[in-house]
Amino acid sequence: MSIWEYANPRKFLQTSERVMPVLWVSSGLLMAVGLIWGFFFTPDDYRQGSTVKIIFLHVPAALMAINAWFMMLVASLIWVIRRHHVSALAAKAAAPVGIVMTLIALATGAIWGQPMWGTWWAWDPRLTSFLVLFLFYLGYIALWEAIDNPDTAADLTSILCLVGTVFAVLSRYAVNFWNQGLHQGASLSLDEKENVADAFSNPLYVCMIGFGLFFLAMVFYRTGTEIRARRIKALMARQRQEA
Amino acid sequence: MLPDLGKYSETVLSAYAASLLLLALLVVLTLWRGRRVRRDMDTLEQRMRRDG
Repeated sequence: MSIWEYANPRKFLQTSERVMPVLWVSSGLLMAVGLIWGFFFTPDDYRQGSTVKIIFLHVPAALMAINAWFMMLVASLIWVIRRHHVSALAAKAAAPVGIVMTLIALATGAIWGQPMWGTWWAWDPRLTSFLVLFLFYLGYIALWEAIDNPDTAADLTSILCLVGTVFAVLSRYAVNFWNQGLHQGASLSLDEKENVADAFSNPLYVCMIGFGLFFLAMVFYRTGTEIRARRIKALMARQRQEA
Repeated sequence: MLPDLGKYSETVLSAYAASLLLLALLVVLTLWRGRRVRRDMDTLEQRMRRDG
């Protein structure tokens, strides 16, 4: 069996119908467990107080905002190289999920930053690259909506996705590249001294897996919707031709 | 029963409220559009089968 079988819309829909209930339930459960655990059963941080509880939303959302863009990049490259419509539609389907994750990361970051840094916003390398990533998401979605021909839209959005990948990478590594600004480095690290305490990291891992599965469930569902919307257009075009 | 969030209660609660609201909005809009498109496609396919 080849992975390219899933480039067939019918095969993709059949498989996603089978997988989605598992994804919905597991993502819902893990997000609920992670967030309840983090909100109700973790201690306050000795410096940040109870604001540390925002980490359970901020970090998974930021992680998914960046990873959603990388998933869109892979899907766009598959479209550019192999011309599989399902992959272009999967990239299109992922963008609104990615932009919501980016918005959550920006909003929770601003809310968290106000009491900790004394400001809602700073032109810090990571914050700025995240804002640019948000603007790229907006542009990507707008470009899909602005072009009638779906193949042309897929081509142009794929190029935009390639360009925007620079900012997805910068969003992740800006702290390391410039080593300045207000934003701290990675919260999770293999180095025990760098890593946050287990009391915080364990529910954080649960939230991260939950957000990842939620993203997958949304992308599967939304790709199915895009495939059906494309079929409606094709059927209507056929009807017009026959009439 | 909410945990004691101290002087940062507004900060923490507003971050959770904003995030959960955005996630709920995304889910509702996704399901709403998905159902509408599925219904439209079924209707169109039925009509085309009926009309031959």
